[in-house]
Order: sequence, then structure tokens, then C-alpha cells
Amino acid sequence: MNSVLRGNKTPLLEMRGIEKSFPGVRALKGVDLTLGRGEVLALLGENGAGKSTLIKMLGGALQPDRGSIRIDGFEVTLANPKNAIAAGIGIIYQEFNLIPGLPVWENIFLGRESSKAWIGRGEERRRTRELFELIGVSIDSDALCGELSVAQQQTVEIAKALSQDVRLIVMDEPSAALTPQEVTYLFKIIRDLKQRGIGVIYISHRLDEIFEIADRVLVLRDGETVGESSIEQLTRQRMIEMMVGREIQNEFPKHHHTVGKARLTVTGLTRGKSVQDVSFEIRSGEVLGLTGLVGAGRTELARLIFGADQPDSGSIAIDGVQTKIRSPRDAIAAGICLLTEDRKGQGLILGASVRQNFGLPNLPRLSVYGFVRERQERQAFAGYVSQLKIKIPHQEELARNLSGGNQQKVVLAKWLERQADILIFDEPTRGIDVGAKYEIYLLINELAKQGKAILLISSELPEIMGMSDRVIVMHQGRITGEIKDVAAATPEQIMELAVAAT
Amino acid sequence: MMAKTKNNLLANPFIRDYGMVFMLLLLAVLFSFLTLKEQHPTGADAGRQVAERILKQSTGSANVLIVTRDIPEDIAFADAAAHRLETGGAKILGRVAGDASDARTAIESIIGEGKQIDAIAANQVTSKWTVYDRFPTVGAAKCVVPESYSWPDFLKVSNLLGVANQTSIYAIIAIGMTMVIITSGIDLSVGSLVALASVVTAILIRDLGGGTSAGFLIVVVAGTAGIGLCALAGAFNGLLVTKFQVPPFIVSLGMMMMASGLSYRLSGGRSIPELPSSFFWLGGGQTWGIPNPVLLMIILYVIAHIVMSRMVFGRYVYAIGGNAEAARLSGVPVKLVLLTVYTICGTLAGLGGIVLTSQLSAGDPKFGLMYELEVIAAVVVGGTSLMGGQGKIFGTLIGAFIIAMIKNGMNLTDIDPFNQKIVLGAVLTGAVLIDTFKRRGGGK
Repeated sequence: MNSVLRGNKTPLLEMRGIEKSFPGVRALKGVDLTLGRGEVLALLGENGAGKSTLIKMLGGALQPDRGSIRIDGFEVTLANPKNAIAAGIGIIYQEFNLIPGLPVWENIFLGRESSKAWIGRGEERRRTRELFELIGVSIDSDALCGELSVAQQQTVEIAKALSQDVRLIVMDEPSAALTPQEVTYLFKIIRDLKQRGIGVIYISHRLDEIFEIADRVLVLRDGETVGESSIEQLTRQRMIEMMVGREIQNEFPKHHHTVGKARLTVTGLTRGKSVQDVSFEIRSGEVLGLTGLVGAGRTELARLIFGADQPDSGSIAIDGVQTKIRSPRDAIAAGICLLTEDRKGQGLILGASVRQNFGLPNLPRLSVYGFVRERQERQAFAGYVSQLKIKIPHQEELARNLSGGNQQKVVLAKWLERQADILIFDEPTRGIDVGAKYEIYLLINELAKQGKAILLISSELPEIMGMSDRVIVMHQGRITGEIKDVAAATPEQIMELAVAAT
Repeated sequence: MMAKTKNNLLANPFIRDYGMVFMLLLLAVLFSFLTLKEQHPTGADAGRQVAERILKQSTGSANVLIVTRDIPEDIAFADAAAHRLETGGAKILGRVAGDASDARTAIESIIGEGKQIDAIAANQVTSKWTVYDRFPTVGAAKCVVPESYSWPDFLKVSNLLGVANQTSIYAIIAIGMTMVIITSGIDLSVGSLVALASVVTAILIRDLGGGTSAGFLIVVVAGTAGIGLCALAGAFNGLLVTKFQVPPFIVSLGMMMMASGLSYRLSGGRSIPELPSSFFWLGGGQTWGIPNPVLLMIILYVIAHIVMSRMVFGRYVYAIGGNAEAARLSGVPVKLVLLTVYTICGTLAGLGGIVLTSQLSAGDPKFGLMYELEVIAAVVVGGTSLMGGQGKIFGTLIGAFIIAMIKNGMNLTDIDPFNQKIVLGAVLTGAVLIDTFKRRGGGK
């Protein structure tokens, strides 16, 4: 049956030469994408490869700068989400657009209720039941959406799309929040959609799933199509190579650290599904790299160690001594600091001066009887300004007026002044220019040389491989592997662990 | 960056930090100009001045009659004049303290005794009496009055002190409110806490200390209990905000109703005037010529300014308002600081209630009505942003005085109360608008 549908000459969806630029970034540099009827196309790529941008165009949330989108051979303009729905495109985002307090049938018909409400209710209920029958699931159409499981909510989203007579459905990491059983259930639905000639664009980092459900694979990297192939002609090795692609240049300063005793020992740390039974140690003078895909639980792990969130179970030992960390304040007192991933949202108080930002965690030391010793504060900060080459007109400059690199240096300065022994760097170079990046790398090496234990969290494989003495990889809240000899490892090896092949 | 150039007048640090002071001075000049009037001095100073003039124009010993009304400032005038005249060698023929008929009787008896009146020491009012012209040997020409001068009603010391005295309670409560708003919270319960402190203190004095005969100790204990209860209410607000993450608006709205209901219940809705005179010192007394509430306000503002600008606690308060999560991740004990801030706010509201009770000589559940809005208005006009993280303690003091001055000025220039409300509303809206522009000018 599939072959019959695919036999139709004009593809269901055809995107040609799609380009899109944002200030400072060329997100898409001429991407082509074709989808046939009843076909499942897997869209692959690293974080930031351009997948989301492409999807948003199909949903009408973004418009291409150049290029065309055709459906059934007819060019369409998707200026807004309404256009997209009218063109028969349904998008299931990672965050569902369901209202928890409303019953399923109302959610499905939200925004396009029948004009005569008293007739509509029965009608809409009936149609909801029919939809569920059609895709072969049993969900109570009167249940409140908030009471459904994640998988059921997803099904409601799919049913909602189907009720709008969609021709193609885009699923953005639909399996991310699902259990294996629920994934099976999802695949059953996808196969059913295929049978009915609906095209599916499936985005996932889980290679196993792609082999199971996809007909064809399209790989994006840095906004370009780097490979397109039917699934039969692909090996998992080849797929990873296409995703990682770029060569790792020697943009990282060399380092030789003498590693000492264990500084931080984490045992069985668990919080919900985001961090599960994580154990590792960092030694004095060691840079431990931690990587994984977005949502793997890296930042969540960092927050647990720092006391920003509380673990369900597990323990933390510092220098071999079990330590209870109930709050960031405890963590700081125990000699741990966290350079947060979200610099502007969590690292800095943008409306305060850089000096005050610098002083914040150091006030207990920079004060007598509760009075801030501003002169000491000024002097201490001035030292870091010259040491870290922070470019500021004066110490009273507001943090928000600094460039990303300088902001990061202010955050670094405040933690260096704390003289913490355990430093957690969560994406320390994100959004920072090359020069400042290099300075931060040098600083990380210098800190390691001083015998500090450093946990370097990063999505950038070259950075992780260039800076770490040892690398651990997380996937879905668990550590899926450790690479002791980083020099001998390949990016493919790490990627393999990050998508959790084994 | 682009927005910065757009509103650079408001983004200018000088305007930003001193604009409010400038505004206050401008208002003072405006109202001085509008209320400029002929002023007639009264009291002791005026009495001495009149005596000097009489002594100067008469050679040797003059026979003087002093004519005033029977009111305290006129008595003071007469006493001072008499004293100065006697020491200067003049002879006091008599003193009249009453109305025109009293003056007539006095003059008749002096003439009856065959004495001559060289001068009459009078003031602006008594010199206008027509009684003098009935006596050919006396005549209005013999009246000597203090010299009048031009001076704005607004700038009279008594007016300014009155404004300060009336503003002091709002201003004291506004200290706590400023701190709360800097943490990006709000406390709507302060008005009701004023009433609660007032009622609780008055009831304790009446029932434990015997009302008007209560001793000083019991007054202190009762006042402390009233303030303490408000501190507890503030702490309760803080607890709900921190521990249970209830929005401050709702928490304090609930407290506002509960505290108000409680004060009506405790007092039975009635005023409680049975208070000893020792209690009135706080609100009605003066120290070094300054009303005590004003002095208390100044002291509290100096302390609060030091706490907020020089101490770790103040840094923490600003940090929490700027970005609570970043502050927490920098080791700021966010919950403890918030709890303290709400407690301070409740405490100061309680203190305000005690001062008001003392000023008005009674405990009353109707006190403090709408104070929360007056106080919030003072804070906002004073340049503290409702978004949190920004604001100055002395800005609030200036804000409170800007509002008080506008009210006072409008009263002095006879603007009717309905229009006054419109003006005050416009001022508040304008202050928030300025805050919005400053925000845009300062960055994102």
C-alpha cells in the first residue's frame, strides 16, 4: 500500500532552498526536504543544527528568508499557525498545548467550537470518541487532560491534529518524556498514520527508534543538509558520523594535570526521572567533562550537587566526608560553586552593578558586624578585573550592559574570590566569543593546576574532549559511560553514549 | 543601547538620583509663590517689637495701655510687651485681654483717673477696633502695632512642621513598604495593622493600667505588645510568602481583612479614649522644638538608610528583588531575608499605629484606613520600582513629602477636595510612567 501511495509523482511536502538568518547567525543555509505520503522521515542533527527553525517554519511560527514550501505541488505561504493548519500541517511540540483543567474533547475542539454550543457538545464528544477509535486507543473523552499520562496527552495532541484533517504531522522529540512501553504505543499510532497516507516528520536523538520507525533519514548540521538516505542504506556508525561531522581543531590549550585525591564523591544521586542513580568522583586537580544531549540531566545533576534542588536519594562526600547540602548556601560553605548555564537568568543580577554582583557570595567575608567593607570589596574586585581582563568602564557599571564574555568573567570573579575547591562549570563558554573562550579555558587549566576539582559540563564535544581529563556521558538521567582516555576517544564514541546505544 | 539615547534625560544618573529632590523643591517654590501673603506677627516676638517701637517714639516715660484678645498667643504678646516696656522705663496703665467693650471700660477708668494715654500697644486685630476714636484724647492714631511683612503661608514654620508631623506616620510605615517593594513584593496589610496596634494598645492600657490613670510602665508594655502583634502579623505574611509561595498581594490582602476585622471585634467598633496624658508625649510632644513623630521619623530613616546602603542585609534585599534565583544561587538566605523584611514592615506599621493613637488621643479601629495606598504611593513616587531591585530609602521620604506637600499646597490655595484627588492620582500615574521610562532608558 505504501508503495502505491509513494508512487504518486508529486511529493506530499517539498521544501526547497530554505534559508533563514537571525541577527548574527545563519540558522539555515539552503535546506531541502521532501516527504512522501505515508512516509516517516527522521530529521537528525546536533543541538543547534537548525531542526527547530525548520519545524517552526512548517508551523507558521517563522517565515523563510528564501526558498519555497510546496504541498501536493502547490506553493504555500505559511504566514501564521492558522495558515499551517489550513494547509494540513500538524505539529506536536515537546511541550503540549493542552489545558489541564479541561476535558479531552474540549481540548481537541478548543478554539473552533461548534457555533451552537448546546448541539456542539454531543457532536464534539462523539467525534472525539470516533477519533480515538480510528487510531485504536481507549481514552475517556470526558477525562480532564491534566489527569492523563504523558503518553495519553500526546495521543490527545495527535487526535487534535487528526481532527483538523492534517496531511502531515511533525513530532518534535515525541519520545523524550515517554517510557519504553509508551513509545511502543506511540509507534503503533505512527504506523496507523502511515497506513492512512499521512506523512510524518519524526525528530529524535534516539537512534534505535529511528531504525525502528523511520523510512528515510535527513541529517542537518550547521544549517545545512549533510546527508539524506533511506534507512536500509544506513548504519548507525554512518549516522553518527554525519551528525558530528566537523573535525575537532586544536583550539584548546594543552594541559597536564597532576591528579590527587578524591575531592567530590557523588553516590547514587537521584531526583525523579531527570537524575537517576548517578555516581562519580572528581579528584583534586582534575577536570571531569560531563556531556550528553539537551535534557540528559546534566544541569539537573549540577543543581543537585549545588543544593539548588533536593535529591530524592543519594549522598555527596567532600574530601571523603559525607556532607549534607540543603541549599546553595550550604554548598558554598562546603566549598562548592556553580557557574550556571543560564548566566543572565541565574548567574547575575542584571540590574545591579558588577561590583555588587561580585560581592554577593563574598559578603560574609567582606563585612564586619553586618556592615559591608566596601573598600576591601572594591580592591578585591579590582584585582580580578585586571587578572581576568574584564572590560568595564567602572565598578558601578550595571551587569546588563556587559558583553556575554565579560558577564561570564564577572561571574567567574565572584566565585574565584570565594576560593571554592569544587567548581562546577555549566556551559561556561555558551554565547561567548572565541577570545574570551580561550581565556576561560586557560583559567580552567590554572584552577586545575591549583588542585581544584572541576566539573565541566558542555554540549560541545570539541570543548569537552579538548579540556577534560576524563569524560562521563549522561543520557536520560543516567550515566551511560565513562571515557578515561580522552585523547584516544573519538567524538563518535561519545555521541554513541549520548544517544545511549547500549 | 538604542533605547538609552532615546530617553537620555531620564537615564542621566543625576536626574535619576536627584530628580525627586528637584521636584520637591520645585513644588515648594510653586506653593510659596501661590500662598504669598501679608503676614501679621503675633506672640512674644511681636510683643517685644511693639514695645521697642513705643520706647523709641516716646522720650522719657510713656504711659502705655496694652490691648489684646483673650487668646494664648495674644497673652504671650501682652506679657512680652509689658516686660519690655517696664524694663525700658515706660509705665503700664493697664492691660486689656478681651473684646472692644473691655477696652472701652479700661480707657474710661484711666481717663477717669485723670491719666493720659501716650500709646496703645495693640496687634493687627485690636488696633482695628473703633472704640479708641470715642475718646478725643486717645484716638486710633495712638495704636502701635507690630510691623507686617510679606511671607508665604506655605513657608510658615508652623505650616511646615504641621506637614512634617502629618506625614511622619505615613513616612515611617513607608520605610518597611520600601523594603518589601524592593524585594518585588507588596504589603497591603499595613493600614489594618495601624488600626490593630492602636486598638490593642488602647485596650491594654484601659483594662490593665486603668485607663487615664495608667502608669508609664504599663503604657510602655501595652505599646510594645501592640507593635509586637503587628510584627507577628508581618512575620506571618513573610512565612506564607516564603514557605508556601503564596503571592504577597494575596497574603497581605488576607491579612488586611483579618487585622481589620480583629480590631473592630476587639474594640466593638468603638473609639477608646481612656488614655493617660503620659501617652500623648510620643505623638503630641516636642523635643528641641521638633515634634516627636518627626524626630522619630528622621531617626528611623537614617537607620534604614544605613541598613539598606551599607549593610549586608540591605545588599541581600536588593539582590533578591533584582533576581531571587540568582541571589539564592549566590548563597543569599532568601527566605530568611524575606521573612525579616515582612516582619520589619509589620513592626513599622504597628509603630505608626501607636504614634497615631498618641497624636489623636484615642485607640480606634477606623484608624489607618487606606494608609496602605498612601504609603505605596509615597514609595512609588519616591522612585522605587514595583518590579523590584531598585529604590532608595530617602527617595521614599521625598516621595511622602511630595504627596504631603501637594495636599497641603492645594489646601492652602483652596482647591476643592475632589480636584485634589484627581491631581494626586495623576501624580501617582506620572511617577509610574517615569519609572517605566527610566527602566527603558537603563537597558532592557
